Amino acid sequence: MEARLLPYFLILPVTLFLCLFFLYPFVLVAQEAFGTENGFSLDNFREVVSYWKFPISMKNTFLLAAAVVPIQLALSLLMATMVTKMQKGRDLVLYIWTIPLGISDLAAGIIWLAIFEQSGFLNSMMVGLGVTDQPVSLLSYQTPWMVFLAIMLAEIWRATAIMLVILVAGIGLIPKEYYEAADVFGASRWKQFTRITLPMLRPSLQTALILRVILAFEVFAVVAALGGTLFPVLMGEIYAYQFDLQNGGAAAALAIIVLIISIVFTLIIMRALRVPKGATI
Amino acid sequence: MAEIQIKNVAKNFGSYQALHDINLTIADQEFMVLLGASGCGKSTLLRIIAGLETATTGEVWIGGRRVDHLSPKDRGISMVFQNYAVFPHLTVFENIGFGLRMQKLPDDEVKRRVERTAGLMHIEQLLKRYSGELSGGQRQRVAVARALAMEPDVILMDEPLSNLDALLRMEMRAELKGVLAESKTTAIYVTHDQVEAMSMADRISVMHQGKIVQAASPIEVYRDPAAEFVASFIGNPPMNFLPAKAAGSGRWTVAGQNFDGPASGKDLKWAIRPEDLGIADAGFGARAKVVEPLGAHLLVTCDVDGHQFRAVLDSELNVKPGDVLTLAPQEGRGRWFDPETTLAVA
Repeated sequence: MEARLLPYFLILPVTLFLCLFFLYPFVLVAQEAFGTENGFSLDNFREVVSYWKFPISMKNTFLLAAAVVPIQLALSLLMATMVTKMQKGRDLVLYIWTIPLGISDLAAGIIWLAIFEQSGFLNSMMVGLGVTDQPVSLLSYQTPWMVFLAIMLAEIWRATAIMLVILVAGIGLIPKEYYEAADVFGASRWKQFTRITLPMLRPSLQTALILRVILAFEVFAVVAALGGTLFPVLMGEIYAYQFDLQNGGAAAALAIIVLIISIVFTLIIMRALRVPKGATI
Repeated sequence: MAEIQIKNVAKNFGSYQALHDINLTIADQEFMVLLGASGCGKSTLLRIIAGLETATTGEVWIGGRRVDHLSPKDRGISMVFQNYAVFPHLTVFENIGFGLRMQKLPDDEVKRRVERTAGLMHIEQLLKRYSGELSGGQRQRVAVARALAMEPDVILMDEPLSNLDALLRMEMRAELKGVLAESKTTAIYVTHDQVEAMSMADRISVMHQGKIVQAASPIEVYRDPAAEFVASFIGNPPMNFLPAKAAGSGRWTVAGQNFDGPASGKDLKWAIRPEDLGIADAGFGARAKVVEPLGAHLLVTCDVDGHQFRAVLDSELNVKPGDVLTLAPQEGRGRWFDPETTLAVA
């Protein structure tokens, strides 16, 4: 085969796969979102946006992302720096820290439910220690901040490792000589982190943040397990439209809105963390 | 004033001993070159002086102050790295000013010093660029400018020219020497390139297997090597060696020729530089094996008494492989070595 065509031939299978299972369904979803019996219309979008739960679920989704992602970013940076500095047992620690990655988000939600529910571990502990006389209902409509906190904790526990793995790989790519130079020229450990590690980690930070932010807007199973209907989020609303209300058009429209939000944030992150021309390692 | 004293420094990596009991004093404003083959410990010694590596035992003193317990930034040194370590995410300006910013100098002072050192290294026009947009030679200049901008007492250089092509290396050699002499800093320069060492150094420390074999001026290292290793390491081609038989009372027989030499009882080795040989009426009978015309002169590899022997001769001479030449050494250029200790014998 001609060498010029070989690359195209090699990416053909995955291209076909993506077209069949991603592009085609996407077109169908778009059709469903924008189409009614009378052709193109934005009726579905109007319906979705004017529904009373839309602003709440939008606010909740953003609030959760805003609370979780920065903490995860800081945590994963700290953990990645620690792992990189380790001489021995580095792999073991990495494996343990990445265990939550292997657990489905619904299972993660259920694990944390087992901790927070009325007959859960936390309550038994508090009763055992005499903090409370009897088990209290932590995840009720009377304690929304507790629901939010539980979801936050579960999300942090579940999805920090995805950023950690990317950042560990990124830090490993920074040549040691830069740190030696920084040492000689008087940069403290903290300055080395802010002036060398962070800027040189930009490409990895970009990837990690984009992935994590997109996942944050798609949060669903953890919220469903811990918050149920107490804490509506966008993905939960899509599910409700599709399966409870049997309104495929509205579900598709909301899905498109989430997609647009994801694209906007991806662009913002790419722009904010872009590496100037000529400034790559 | 920044005299450097290295006292009984040794370094082990696990069971491997990289440095054995190094003692060396480098005078203020001296240009000292650590020369040796790779793995001889020269970079390790430099890194110990810099504080990037800790000596297993021994002390390092800079400017009358013991520094081996201090971090690199508190030693009054700056450094040029082999791979330059020019930060890719900073502009040339910020790279040169990196150390100054860390010292929290005011902006106008940073600007003044960056511009001055950039001027010294002829890179004023590159200040806004990133390292990805620079050539190897330009990156090298940035690395040197960054070290100079610190106005350090001591500047340490780890094979700074080894990644440049031959022509650029020669150019930078001369330029570096000039800039460093002007800056009045004490310099320690690590290299495996003997031409670099010879041409730049005030003094050369020749290192071999974790020890300093000889520390002396370039011409002394070249003319009076302290050990066989130095004789065969310095000079291209290296010194010739022939076994010498004692003929009693300071007389020696070397390949049928008689020489005056040291008053030693046991057999020695006699050594001569290839360029200290000439065609004469009486001397060693040498059968030419390979003749290499090098333009300026003729390099002839021949056989003297069963030993390989090289001579650098006039390029006008007509020598062919198989010819038998009569080679005589220049007066006073022969050297003597003890084959057991490999050290020079006077």
